Amino acid sequence: MSNVLFDVPGPKARLRHQILAVVGVIGVAGIVGFIGYRFYDSGQFAPKMWEWLQYTTIQEQLAERILATLKAFALGAVMAMLFGAILAAGKLSEHAIWRGPATVIVEVFRAIPLLIMIFFFYFGLPAIDIKMSQFTAVVVGLTLYNGSVLAEVFRAGIMSLPRGQTEAAYALGMRKTQVMVLVLLPQALRVMLPTIVSQLVVLLKDTALGFIINYKELLDYAKYLGGQGQFGRPLVPVTLVVAAIYVTMCLLLTWLAVTLEKRNRRDKKLTPIDTKALDDVAIPAASQSM
Amino acid sequence: MRARTLAAVLLAGGLALTACGKEGTPGDTGGTAPSQAVASDVKLDGSPTFEKIKSRGRVVIGVKEDQPGLGFKDPTTNKYSGFDIEIAKLVAAKLGFAEDKIDYKAIASAGREQALINGDVDYYVGTYTINAGRKEKVGFAGPYYTAGQDLLVRKDDTAITGKDALKGKKVCSVTGSTPIKKVKEEGLTEPENITEFQNYSQCVSKLAEGSIDAVTTDDAILKGYAAQEPDKFKVVGKPFSNEPYGIGLSKEDTVLRGKLFDILEAALKDGTWQSIYDSTLGKSGSAATKPLIERY
Amino acid sequence: MSLLSTYSGLFLSAFATTLKLFAFSAVGSLLLGTILAMMRVSPVPVFRAAGATYVTLVRNTPLTLVFFFFTFAYPLLKILKLDYEQGAIVALTLYTSAFICEVVRSGINTVPVGQAEASRALGLTFTQMLGSVVLPQAMRSVVPPLVSTLIALLKNTTVSAGFSVGDAGAIQSTLSEEGANMLVGLSWVAFFFVVLVLPLTFLQRSLEKRWSVAR
Repeated sequence: MSNVLFDVPGPKARLRHQILAVVGVIGVAGIVGFIGYRFYDSGQFAPKMWEWLQYTTIQEQLAERILATLKAFALGAVMAMLFGAILAAGKLSEHAIWRGPATVIVEVFRAIPLLIMIFFFYFGLPAIDIKMSQFTAVVVGLTLYNGSVLAEVFRAGIMSLPRGQTEAAYALGMRKTQVMVLVLLPQALRVMLPTIVSQLVVLLKDTALGFIINYKELLDYAKYLGGQGQFGRPLVPVTLVVAAIYVTMCLLLTWLAVTLEKRNRRDKKLTPIDTKALDDVAIPAASQSM
Repeated sequence: MRARTLAAVLLAGGLALTACGKEGTPGDTGGTAPSQAVASDVKLDGSPTFEKIKSRGRVVIGVKEDQPGLGFKDPTTNKYSGFDIEIAKLVAAKLGFAEDKIDYKAIASAGREQALINGDVDYYVGTYTINAGRKEKVGFAGPYYTAGQDLLVRKDDTAITGKDALKGKKVCSVTGSTPIKKVKEEGLTEPENITEFQNYSQCVSKLAEGSIDAVTTDDAILKGYAAQEPDKFKVVGKPFSNEPYGIGLSKEDTVLRGKLFDILEAALKDGTWQSIYDSTLGKSGSAATKPLIERY
Repeated sequence: MSLLSTYSGLFLSAFATTLKLFAFSAVGSLLLGTILAMMRVSPVPVFRAAGATYVTLVRNTPLTLVFFFFTFAYPLLKILKLDYEQGAIVALTLYTSAFICEVVRSGINTVPVGQAEASRALGLTFTQMLGSVVLPQAMRSVVPPLVSTLIALLKNTTVSAGFSVGDAGAIQSTLSEEGANMLVGLSWVAFFFVVLVLPLTFLQRSLEKRWSVAR
């Protein structure tokens, strides 16, 4: 919290803040209350609308769909990291033969909307006899897009390390690969962890695009349940529940990463790298990829 | 920290829910269809699809899951029911596979050709209209039912009496479907009044809510919805097209296609078809018109 | 090429819709995002909490779900009628503003504390200090990532294709209805996006380079 922007409030300011706080609370409560009232008034809180939650089969289906979402996420994440690492290595290569294609791939895949890529794999490629299931199309799309974004992140992370690291490693007689694998990558990974995690959250959220090509994931199930006449078409309750599930999954992922990072920091006797320099590279990379 | 609390709350909530888990259905949607005798020692030489089914030991059938009366999956019991499902079961039985050897795969209209071309399903039974364009991509056996495009409107709507009363009305159908193409080609309503979604149930939700005025597709599908909620919807009842439903399969597999034609022809002759109709769509009260099989 | 000339009308109107969605939601999310950012650094805790909650919730929700809500669930609440295009603009605006807020906020944080202290010493109020001193300076570090966020917004407009809006993402379904070659069609769609996005990427890079030297 950047509370450096204002003084410790004096008596007058405190009063003003208190008035503002009251106004703010009333405002926020007003908005939330109004929305809540609309929900209530349009019958969204009626017990019938929430009855579906009680059925064992529906709970099982819900769990199954969460797994389907997580499956696409897990496979997509692993492959995107691999693909990103390969592209980053290409972009950092001293040979133009590698650097050129890697740069082109990164630029092109970052410029094409992920949904168009998924359409391309699912609807376009069968014209030349390459057939993919919805799951594969989603995973391949996620891999190529996020891999390209991660390539930039990895590259920026390695570039942000002090030159002395490379020079010292070379001075010790290490080879190019050794310098990269033993010296640069471990440091860069730690440095870029927050950005990588926020990209993984993006990847997790983007699995929901599978909805549009009918991949049987969580949001697709929301659509199905929300259309059930026998429960009174509980579209609003279903959306709320599914949104809560997505938010929880994303927050858990972030929390997991932060915990891992903390433990990592504690283990190593190194001082954390100055993150000020990193923020400059990390911010554009992170926001590029929402 | 916040995430941990959230997770704990959610977990507790989930446990609480499971504790009071319900079984069964809220309303009776059941209807007993005749069970089919399973054939044994079926041989189909030169059919790659059948080879695949044999080696797998199970049939994978593409169906619709959101069309009451035709292809519908009950979310509380996970059981499929409807006319299309019974036809799918009949075919599986005649190929030598009982009900417990069937895996249903729900596939929406826009993905049907792809699923068949990709080999995701062995065959597809789900309000699949036979036409020349599709025949270039997939094979068809049938028709096993002849439907016609009609309109579903709100019960209290008296303005929409047929396809010519649609001008200025908001019409909804499924992306890439035959009915929406017809609406566009014949200019039944203005382009800005056309809404497209992935499934008919989404259109029906919008109709119930009031932001569209009519759902258009085959009368069989619409009757299914009207029967489910008769106090909300009605079918206009003036079909304006001829939609022969076929079983979709791989274009190359002519051996399986021939076998499916045989199965359907036999079923129409010996009364099996009639009993399937009576136990499903027949419940809507309208009489059946037997389709004429067109071999190719 | 022949596919492009046959469907030139479709491509033109679809990309026009895409640009329209982009323009409206860009303006909307810049406004809302800046307001949210100001809330997040304000001295009033309630505002900070409200801003933070909004950003956390929205950033962790898939855009497709936001669209789903505005197309199917929102009309049931009967608040204000939106057609599909307006619904798409609202969904994109609400989603993107959370990201814009974070960009602006981290931009504010890059302005040295001394600047804020000096303005306070001169007797400026919080709003004056933000508006006349901190935000103008923050612009430098804000604009490059802001351009990135807008690029993402441009690409995200395609999601509306799944919700009955005839934008560039929906070209696919019309081509499919007409039985056209989708490999070629989708390649063209992808190509036009690259054409639209690359200049923005280069603008972002050059701004970043120029302004990071000036600092």
